[in-house]
Amino acid sequence: MKENQMGTIAEIKIGGELGRRIRDMGLVPGTEVKVLGRAPLNDPVALRVRGFTLTLRNNEADFIEMEID
Amino acid sequence: MKWRLIEMEATIALAGNPNSGKTCLFNELTGARQHVGNYPGVTVEKKEGRYSRDGHTMHIVDLPGTYSLTAYSVEEVVTRDFLVNERPAVVINIVDASNLERNLYLTVQFLEMGVSVAVALNMIDVAKKRGIDIDTEKLSLLLGAPVIPTIARAGQGKDVLMKAAVDIAQGESPRTALKVSYGDDIDSALIEMEAAITADGFLTDIYPARWTALKYMENDDQILAKGTRHNPAVSAQLEDIARRVSDHVQKTLNTYPEAIIADYRYGYISAILKQGVITHGDTRDRLYTSDKIDRIVTNRFAGPLIMIGVLTGLYHLTFTYSEIPVGWCETIFDWLGRTASAHLPDSLLQSLVVSGIIDGVGGVLGFVPLIMFMFFGIALLEDSGYLARVAFMLDRVFRIFGLHGSSVMAYIVSGGIAGGCAVPGVMATRTLKSRRERLATLLTVPFMNCGAKLPVFALLIAAFFAENETLMMLIITLVSWLGALLIAKLLRSTIIKGAAMPFVMELPPYRIPTFKGLAIHTWERTWQYIKKAGTVILGVSVILWAMMTFPVPPDSRLQEFETQRMAVMAAADAKTVRNLEKAEAGAVLSRDAVTLRERLAAIDSREAEAALRNSLAGRTGIILESVSKWAGFDWRTNIALIGGFAAKEVVISTLGTAYSLGKVDPKTPGSLSDTLAETPGWSPLVALSLIVFTIFYAPCIVTVVMIIKESGSWKWGVFSIAFNTLIAFILAVTIFQIGSVLGL
Repeated sequence: MKENQMGTIAEIKIGGELGRRIRDMGLVPGTEVKVLGRAPLNDPVALRVRGFTLTLRNNEADFIEMEID
Repeated sequence: MKWRLIEMEATIALAGNPNSGKTCLFNELTGARQHVGNYPGVTVEKKEGRYSRDGHTMHIVDLPGTYSLTAYSVEEVVTRDFLVNERPAVVINIVDASNLERNLYLTVQFLEMGVSVAVALNMIDVAKKRGIDIDTEKLSLLLGAPVIPTIARAGQGKDVLMKAAVDIAQGESPRTALKVSYGDDIDSALIEMEAAITADGFLTDIYPARWTALKYMENDDQILAKGTRHNPAVSAQLEDIARRVSDHVQKTLNTYPEAIIADYRYGYISAILKQGVITHGDTRDRLYTSDKIDRIVTNRFAGPLIMIGVLTGLYHLTFTYSEIPVGWCETIFDWLGRTASAHLPDSLLQSLVVSGIIDGVGGVLGFVPLIMFMFFGIALLEDSGYLARVAFMLDRVFRIFGLHGSSVMAYIVSGGIAGGCAVPGVMATRTLKSRRERLATLLTVPFMNCGAKLPVFALLIAAFFAENETLMMLIITLVSWLGALLIAKLLRSTIIKGAAMPFVMELPPYRIPTFKGLAIHTWERTWQYIKKAGTVILGVSVILWAMMTFPVPPDSRLQEFETQRMAVMAAADAKTVRNLEKAEAGAVLSRDAVTLRERLAAIDSREAEAALRNSLAGRTGIILESVSKWAGFDWRTNIALIGGFAAKEVVISTLGTAYSLGKVDPKTPGSLSDTLAETPGWSPLVALSLIVFTIFYAPCIVTVVMIIKESGSWKWGVFSIAFNTLIAFILAVTIFQIGSVLGL
């Protein structure tokens, strides 16, 4: 996804600790997400979810399946 | 009524998400009446305090900030265990009103656990500014718990909140646990599990039945282990049910039970909020001020530049301004030393008090102002939200070495920009939440060039590389960074092996820190330093003093020096001797008297050298020479390095004594560097080898103590002494041997 792009989470394809952390932060299917930007070295990525800013490493974000608006 | 006096104090726990203003509220409630400790067995801080009002005194515990109540992080386990074991009368759950959905996720879990909750709807002002309007009464009704709007930074709403908490604490009826529906598959399994749990009384004394069932469904390690210990048969039965559901949902829905649970929990929250609890203005997609700042501060080009500016700026401020109070401290300890010297007879006792205790403890306590400034700086970056941005920007680099973006702060404080101190550096690793990354960071920060190593480098550079001073300092800084990062990588791929912890981190909105918060934060950490360092260093100073003093040279040897002194005195004429004796009273010395004094001083210095050589430290140094010669170090260097274990500054003063120069001031070691440059056996190669050894060898004792405290095990302290010295020795030998072969 590119900067400023919006989308809706379709699926989170990971369990275990990472999956739990992602879900605990409110990333569950149906949630709207907006890409706010990326770090200077292109990784991690900053997302706007449920009104707050969340950062994830790119390889962690890869498990989040999105439907882009 | 008399019995009221012996009434037990109710315990109230503060819980909430990180950045929800929890610590702020805690400070507001308890003021300075706080006690900071650790939860047993883990390095999570436990803060306790007292709140009293209208004759009620309450014991308040600040639980660590968590997003959830799973058993993945130490903070979560600590929170859960506290609720179960200590059974606080009320949990005050602080939620960020501007970020309600995610914050209520934790609240729902408290309610599911059957805990009595009072919700503090904090930062209600920020929410309003963002156009978010919350109907607190409705929210309270739907949650079944009191909801009180607060602005913790200003102390607003805290009395109403506490009154609500007291009402709950005094109420008799225990609350029933909240039941959230998780969809047919899971709900029916939960009912089946609940029946089995209730029939057996399985952990029912500690947890509500449904909650235990839910945890089995979530495959929660801690509860599974507890259950197996309690009753293996029932536990196996529950695991079977959970496995059956898990297989089923994986087959039919391609998902996990825990995913469904999280999904429904958020669904439950959304359902509550949609019933008119929350109304947004038309500002939903507006960029918040914080986002606007981030556009610049984390910008691809401007971001790194601003970061370098902020970090170096903070660093320079810290070191420039702390110099003055550090100077005061030095003056006080100097005065103490001189007073003790003047009032105690010239004896071993005087030497113990002055060289052992006052110098040793003074050396550590003299650092207190510096440490305070340092912690203040860290608290400022942390509380304002900037530190999270630093971690965000640098994570990509540090991840290569098995570290975390937040590691950078610890490195810089420790001397990443030459001249820090590893002690606050080790303590700064607390901002790292991931355990392995934190351990790797705190074990490698001592490789940075702290302020105490700098004089050693300055001395050697002045003696052997005077023409390339700046270049050498740059090389030294690069070597220590490269070494630290590579060793971190080595540690992370061997003894601290394991996948990186998820980064998943919130970037909190920028906030202007409150002075009260900063002050409490700073003082807390400084006090911990004083307590730990002050007590341990006293013991170690005395031991090192003893090592460098005993055994005293035999009387016959001491007699030789006495005879030499007598001879020098006898050779001088009576007038000069009298002149010298009056020197104390401020008499002007004749040229002869000055020469006499110098001769006597030279004898004293030789005597000091002989005593040092004869001491345990000296003998150790001589024994070690057979090994250290491979790196080019003689026994004198060895003693100095042993002394450097107490504090790196000691290296120079000990070298001075070992080379019969008497007391050498670390700040102006001119004479020593001249001596070294002229001494056979010393060469630029030896100096280089010693520089590298100094960068990497065992951290000073205070740092070791802090490593033990922060890692939670003395083993890591011992490890850092042995491992670092080994690495340093291998590097030094390699340099010296290769250099020797090349004929440098």
